[in-house]
Amino acid sequence: MSSFWSTWIIVLTIACIVFCAVILTWNLKNHVGVKEGESTGHDFDGIEEINNPLPKWWTYMFYATLIWSVYYFAAYPGLGNYKGFLNWTSSNQGIKNLAESKAAVEQNKVEGKNVQLDREYAAANETYAKEFAKYTNRDIMDLAYDPEALKIGQRLFLQNCAQCHGSDARGQRGYPNLTDDDWLYGGTPDKIKETLLYGRKAAMPGWGDALGEQGIKEMTAYVLSLSGRKVNDKEAAAGKTKFGMCAACHGADGKGSLAHNLPFGAPNLTDNVWLYGGSHGAVEETLVKGRNGQMPAFKEILGEEKIHIISAYVYRLSRPEESSK
Amino acid sequence: MSKNYHEFFEKSAGWLAIGTVVAISFGTLVEITPLLFLKETTEPVDGLKPYTALQLEGRDIFIREGCTNCHSQMIRPFRHEVERYGHYSVAGESVWEHPFLWGSKRTGPDLARVGGRYSDDWHHAHLMDPRSVVPQSNMPGYPWLDENLLDGELTPKKMEIFNKLTKGKMHANDEDGVMYSAEEIAAATDSVKGKTEMQALIAYLQSLGTALK
Repeated sequence: MSSFWSTWIIVLTIACIVFCAVILTWNLKNHVGVKEGESTGHDFDGIEEINNPLPKWWTYMFYATLIWSVYYFAAYPGLGNYKGFLNWTSSNQGIKNLAESKAAVEQNKVEGKNVQLDREYAAANETYAKEFAKYTNRDIMDLAYDPEALKIGQRLFLQNCAQCHGSDARGQRGYPNLTDDDWLYGGTPDKIKETLLYGRKAAMPGWGDALGEQGIKEMTAYVLSLSGRKVNDKEAAAGKTKFGMCAACHGADGKGSLAHNLPFGAPNLTDNVWLYGGSHGAVEETLVKGRNGQMPAFKEILGEEKIHIISAYVYRLSRPEESSK
Repeated sequence: MSKNYHEFFEKSAGWLAIGTVVAISFGTLVEITPLLFLKETTEPVDGLKPYTALQLEGRDIFIREGCTNCHSQMIRPFRHEVERYGHYSVAGESVWEHPFLWGSKRTGPDLARVGGRYSDDWHHAHLMDPRSVVPQSNMPGYPWLDENLLDGELTPKKMEIFNKLTKGKMHANDEDGVMYSAEEIAAATDSVKGKTEMQALIAYLQSLGTALK
């Protein structure tokens, strides 16, 4: 803050406090020209204004607030550039990016600054860091069968994942069911953790223009036939001839990218698990418009320690019966 | 008998009004006026980008539908807020906001960093019928946004107004020093025409809070 604005704030603030003190003190004396306890001569509807002094309790409270304000401005930042003798601040407001924010926290530690938010985090770390430390170095497979870790995992899941995957983790249209052991990007503990940390972005293009109306019809028939559904055989056969364009991601056998160790997240089309619905219409819509499901990255939001535990919880979701690995 | 000094104010409405204004001005002069000139509150954070034409239209829909009545856009520097919503909001993120949409009521969650937290599809499902994705939600649905189309007629004008409002507050290394170039303004109408209000609102929501990185 420039010294001009600093001075501006200091002068006006102190002037305001002095102004209040002067007005209050001045009003404690009788300036009305009527003796205390006598009528001022104002009378309306039988209600008469008596010249009474200001109530004592009110006056003392007013003085108390004035004294408090003097202490407050001495202790806390408020008077322009003066930081207050407690060296207190709420947070690091001047930062321009996250790197600066992190650097400011470290800098405050070195300088011994009293930053409220940093202190809250330090206090929380003292309580929780040792709790999380119990789990951080353990294998996810191991945590998946530890009831305490699962309890923490469930809490975190309900707060952060249930909005899309549902509180029972069974998902909904467009959001995978996490309890069925059917995976798009892999269901090993490491893969689950990777998904949680960095997110996933599916990219099924729309084929409406490329295939045309008839082409979509034929492809829909073929896709449905892959999971053993009854379809028009002629249409399905025609669709099969064009399946090459789908095979790049779903594999020539339609078993999906995971079966071929590819990282696209293209679903297995031969089973009866449908992320966007397996009805004729739904499959057609998927083919025409494409699908771009997205799992957000949680690394920055939750941090690796929590994600480690959630990974264990998610891993276990599709193995509810097993009591140990 | 001394003169009754109170009478001067009590019997003259004009002087009473002036006296009142003087008394209540201290707070404004001390707490607000300096902020209009301080570096900390007029310089954008490094990653701040102007809204695209579509996001700008989405922002106006956000205002029109009264989203601020239930959603704040201000993460306070408390641990319980930072843990839930992300890094606390800083002044440099709001320097181009006219009007700012910090809000003061949280019937729903804070939205200051909702950008990237959910997929576009989720937002679409949620705005059409919030209970389809969050069963306990009490947010109303906004299905008409999916039907209303933008014509983009006023978009260039809005961008010009933003150019005026943000004059002198652009990034220090920004050479032309305006938020939107003439070409961007000329292309604005076409870039939003025919898009649904839903698309605009989702584009706006996905941009929120992504500038601090």
